[in-house]
Amino acid sequence: MSDLKSGSNLEKVLKAGHFAFTGECGPPKGANVEHLKEKVAHLKGMVDAVNVTDNQTAVVRMSSWAASTIMLQEGVEPNFQMVCRDRNRLAMMSDILGVSAMGIRNMLCLSGDHQRFGNHPQSKNVYDIDSMQLIALAKKMRDEGRFLNDEEIDVPPRLFIGAAANPFAEPHEFRPYRLAKKVEAGADFIQTQCIYNMDRFRAFMKRVVDMGIHEKCSILAGVTPMKSVGMAKYMGKMVPGMDVPDELIQRLQGAGKGKVAEEGIRFALEQIEEFREMEGVAGVHLMAIEWEHRVPEIAERAGMLPRPRV
Amino acid sequence: MIIADRKPLAELLEMIQDCDRILILGCKGCVTVCNVGGAKEVGILASALKIARKKEGRTLEVDERTLERQCDPEYIEQVKNEVGDYDAVISMACGVGPQFLSTAYPEQRFYPAVNTTSFGGAVQHGVWEERCAGCGQCVIHYFGGMCPIARCSKSLLNGPCGGSAGGKCEISKDVDCIWDMIVRKKTEQGRLEDLLDVKPPKSWDTARDGGPRRSVREELVQ
Repeated sequence: MSDLKSGSNLEKVLKAGHFAFTGECGPPKGANVEHLKEKVAHLKGMVDAVNVTDNQTAVVRMSSWAASTIMLQEGVEPNFQMVCRDRNRLAMMSDILGVSAMGIRNMLCLSGDHQRFGNHPQSKNVYDIDSMQLIALAKKMRDEGRFLNDEEIDVPPRLFIGAAANPFAEPHEFRPYRLAKKVEAGADFIQTQCIYNMDRFRAFMKRVVDMGIHEKCSILAGVTPMKSVGMAKYMGKMVPGMDVPDELIQRLQGAGKGKVAEEGIRFALEQIEEFREMEGVAGVHLMAIEWEHRVPEIAERAGMLPRPRV
Repeated sequence: MIIADRKPLAELLEMIQDCDRILILGCKGCVTVCNVGGAKEVGILASALKIARKKEGRTLEVDERTLERQCDPEYIEQVKNEVGDYDAVISMACGVGPQFLSTAYPEQRFYPAVNTTSFGGAVQHGVWEERCAGCGQCVIHYFGGMCPIARCSKSLLNGPCGGSAGGKCEISKDVDCIWDMIVRKKTEQGRLEDLLDVKPPKSWDTARDGGPRRSVREELVQ
């Protein structure tokens, strides 16, 4: 297995041809390590790696690298997220070296939500480089052993490099090209935005497969079970780039009182079943937002357990 | 041109609360064109300040004058005989004006009447939009003549982020997604391939990040 880029569990699972399953965990709004460990415990053994969000929705939280390190200590593999909003290239490179030194082996490169959405809208954003350039930077550091300025790195980082794709953002016809660019820049794996509009996702994947992009990277389909009708409506209306069809909202409404969450999980399970068979999809990224304790049940019912040992 | 917005009256009143006699200095440059700091706006502000003062039961003596420009010592010099006659001077020029005035007349207090916002132009009567971020290394020709550094909320150089919807930016329905416009234009032109290469990180050393900028035309320097 010497040809592994990072040696991460996620990389090994994908390389061995398994259908990957990743989770997500937001760091606490504080230094509450116990709460973080509690959330992480629900995910242990249930997924191949867990995304650790980086000040998601521009709300300040425990740093993603620190939370990733705690996760690692708890025996769960983190997928360290880094956004371009909060760091310039110096901070990015030093954090990339830092996380690699701590044994973190997956990194997801993102633009990041604009700070206007967050709890410090007065802040100055950075955007020294964009997510595409961050992917290329991480790859250069890993594969060439050089910093952005071409200086040599004394022990390069080892990272499995990830990126996001949002098939539902506009302009729709450009999205496969943007994905192709991210792969060209160096993304080893892709995690998509939460999928609710299956028709649009099928069309997106068909285009991706026609372009042969799926052969150059592993694409994980994003799934977030709806907990309530209110959540579905909120996500459809308020979250940028999210596409929640009316039929899904009607389906949840039709489930009846006390049964909406179960209906949301059922929809997610149907999605996962379809993704398993869909050409070009190499796994599922389950973003059970503040619902970590339901992940074992979802993983079990989706037939994802036990997770492969590679 | 440089775009600016007038500061709220209350803020200006606060600035000059200890003054009985002021001069309001307009500028015939950019701020006249964007209807914020020309002779007309000087007159409006003078009236507004006097009325507000009257309501407080105090009087305010206000003189008005508008210079050709406030970003040039040649015109700044034109007020040298009168600038000392006032308790304070309010400049209605962009942020450059009160700085040139302050440098030329260190004894006097100069207050800015406008908030300078951007480099841009009028998109319709009464509406101005940002077009340039003054980064010091123009790249608009790569992007169909549109600047993603100034006009994308995240200054992205490699395509639209996941928040682009309905041609609008994720930060506001009032903000166009410039990447949506760039992609559409390139698609219509049949030149989408121009956007498929990964653009490398930009060097910001010519931008404000590299320190205050200075332009020198050797042939003009005496």
